This record gives sequence, structure tokens and C-alpha cells, in this order.
Amino acid sequence: MPDPTDRQPPTAGFWRAVSAIVWKDLAAELRNKEIVSALFVFSLLVILIFNFALELDKAARENVAAGVLWVTFVFSATLGLNRTFAAEKDRGSLDGLLLAPINRSALYFGKLLSTFVFILIVEIIVIPLFSVLYNISLFSPPLLLVVLLGTLGYAMVGTLLAAMAIHTRAREVMLPILLFPVAVPVVMAAVRASAAILAGAEWGRVAGAFNLVVVYDTIMLAIAIMTFDYLIEE
Amino acid sequence: MQPNRSLRILTISASLLVLLSLYMVFVYAPREVIMGAVQRVFYYHVAAGWVGALAFLVTLIVSILYLATNNVKWDRIAVSSVEIGVVFTSMNIASGSIWARPIWNTWWTWDPRLTTATVMWLLYIAYLMLRQGLEDPERQRRFAAVYGILAFASVPLTFLAIRLWRTIHPVVIGSNDPGAEGQFDMTMRMRTAFFFSLFTFTVLYATLLWHRIRLEGLASRVAIMKARPLHDR
Repeated sequence: MPDPTDRQPPTAGFWRAVSAIVWKDLAAELRNKEIVSALFVFSLLVILIFNFALELDKAARENVAAGVLWVTFVFSATLGLNRTFAAEKDRGSLDGLLLAPINRSALYFGKLLSTFVFILIVEIIVIPLFSVLYNISLFSPPLLLVVLLGTLGYAMVGTLLAAMAIHTRAREVMLPILLFPVAVPVVMAAVRASAAILAGAEWGRVAGAFNLVVVYDTIMLAIAIMTFDYLIEE
Repeated sequence: MQPNRSLRILTISASLLVLLSLYMVFVYAPREVIMGAVQRVFYYHVAAGWVGALAFLVTLIVSILYLATNNVKWDRIAVSSVEIGVVFTSMNIASGSIWARPIWNTWWTWDPRLTTATVMWLLYIAYLMLRQGLEDPERQRRFAAVYGILAFASVPLTFLAIRLWRTIHPVVIGSNDPGAEGQFDMTMRMRTAFFFSLFTFTVLYATLLWHRIRLEGLASRVAIMKARPLHDR
């Protein structure tokens, strides 16, 4: 008979805990639509600002599209990640979550998945809009796969660092300072892969960058699983 | 609270080594035929880069040890090593720029090595800012250890990502490659001066680290002394 406070509960219980956390966050978001609407408006503003800041004509748009797309995603994802633990911290319910007899990794995965879903929803709206505004078709399965995996890697590191940043003074400022340098490899590789796909390169030229995104995701997932316990214990 | 005997001896030997290495770099090593005097930047440039990397590697190891053992000793080494590493990486980047201006005709290029060094520098500045931003000392140590591990893991990935950038743009290769622009063959004397400055900087690192760890220990003793009257009241 396993003890419920055992740090290694059976996997069924683990995923039940994860889905409970995800469900809680989604339900809260469905009521106030705070995060998704804010991220969406923010993304639109970034795209708008880029258009004027870079004075994009048709040729220039094609060259920088992948970069602008990823900067938009990275900025709005950072905004979303800043909210990952904010509600719990502000209302003091983080202690409640920690008292629950669940594996700490379940808390990490729950928070990761809910933030990832919010970012994905925004990306699903932004991609067609971006295609219209920049007059570039972004609907290719390889590109969407790169967006999915690149965002996942960013969200994995971001969730880990958000759990740190939440305890610092000036936490909203701290998260990007901690996150951007660590995220350089995944963002660069994702931009490279996206640009190659948009330029119509064959898979052989995309593979190097794509593989790096996968390697980054794997390494960061391993580090996150190994270290998250240390970030959350009180 | 004088430093102990071995630390004093180490400090004196490090100072002598630095003086001797200045002689090696400026007098003993011959003048490079094509680049001239500016090539002499090379000896300290590489040595500073080496100490930066070594310092961050030490931080990685002691961060893991801190998380495993919860012993404050490891955390003191971690923060001391990061501070020294940031200073030496700054020296590495600055001296590289000074060399690049006459040789590459630019202060800066986005070459993989330059960019990786800069991202690494920013990572460990973020590490120090994280420590500054946390008030609870126990949490500060734990979070810093995790970030020390994460930061080190991302450095090789950064290098790979930037190299990828270049391999897709083969035009850039050649004009920015240090192997192509500013390459030279070391003579025997140059080699001696080079390895001597590597050795000197390593000893210098060990000396500074020891002093800095000692300082951390003294600072925590002061903190305990300051807190005591409050407890007694």
C-alpha cells in the first residue's frame, strides 16, 4: 500500500494531479480570460511595432518574417510566463498547492502545460493574422511543428525560472533577465529552422536547426525534472 | 583576522608570477611578423577566457554539490567563482575587441565564439542579479545553485546554435573566421609565453577564489554577530 505522501506515487496518480492543476488554471482562465486576451493584444502590438520600426516592404518582409514571428512569440510568452505563479503568489494559495500530497514534478508539469496551452492558443490566433498582415503563408506542417517544439522548450525553461523569479524583488523584470540568455539556443535554432522552411529549403537544410530544438527540449526537460523540487520546497 | 600562512604565500607567488608573465609577454615573446605588437594581446586574452570557463565549470560542480549536501561551504565557492569568472570573461571580451579592431578592422563581429562568450557573460550577470533579488539566504543559495546548473548547460547549446547560423550562411565564413583572419604560427618562445600566462592566470584564479571565499566566511560571521543582540533582547 503506497503512502499518499510518497514522493514517487504511481503514474496514474501523477497524471491525475497534473490534469487537476491544468484544469484549475484553465477554469480560472475561462472565467476571466485575463492571460490569453492580454497576450493576444500584446502580440498584435509587437507585430505592428515591427512593421513600422523596420519599414517593411515586400522583400524585407520575406527576409525577416521568421525573426519577427519568433520575437513576437518570445515576448508574449514571457508575459504569460510571468503570470504562471502570480495568481498563487498574490493570493497565497501556493502553500495550499504545496500541502497537497502530490509529487512536486506534477506541480511543474501542471503549470508548464497550462502556460503552454495559453501560449499555444495565442499562437493559433496570431499565425493566420501574421500570414494576412505580412502576406506570407505560414501554414506548413513542418513550420507548425517547429513552432510547437520551440514554444515547448521556451515554456519548459520559462516555467522553471518563473518559479524562481516569483520570489525575487521586481519579479516581472527578473524573469526575462534570467530567461533570455538561457533561451538563446532554442530561439536561434527555431528562427533558423523557420526561416529555412519559409524559404522553401529541402528538409536536409532544416534538419540541423530542427534537431537542435529537439536536443534543447530534451536537455532542459531533464534539468527541470531534476531541479524543480529544489525551487518549490519551503 | 589575518589570512593564514599558505594564503599569504600563494598571494605573493601569484603577484610574482603576474610580474614575470608581463616580462614574458612584452619582452621574451618575439614580435609577430604580420600583426605586430597587437598580437601580444593574445597571451592574456586566451588566459582570461580560460579562467572564465574554468570558473563557471567550478560553479557548476559546487552547485551540484550544494544541492546534494546542503552545505553552505559549496555555495560560498559558487558565488565567489562566478564573480571572478564574470571579471575574467569581461577582460576576455574587451581584450578581444582591442585585437579585432586592427586585425579584423572592426571592434565586433557576431562570430560564434564572440557571441557565445557574450551570452555566457550575460548568463552569469543574471546569476548575480538573481542572488541580489532574493532576500531569504537559504532560498538564495538553492535558487542560485539551480541557475548555476542551467546556465552552464546552455553554453554549449548556444555555441551550436550560433554555428548553425553560420553554416547556413556560408558567405560569412572566411571573412569572420579567426582561423582565416589573424591566424599565425607560434614560435617556441611564443608558446612558452602562452603556456606561462595560462599557468599564471590559473594560479591567479585560485588565489582570488581563496580570498573571496574567505571574505564570504567573514561576512557571514559579521552577519551573525550583528544579529546576536537582537536575539538576546
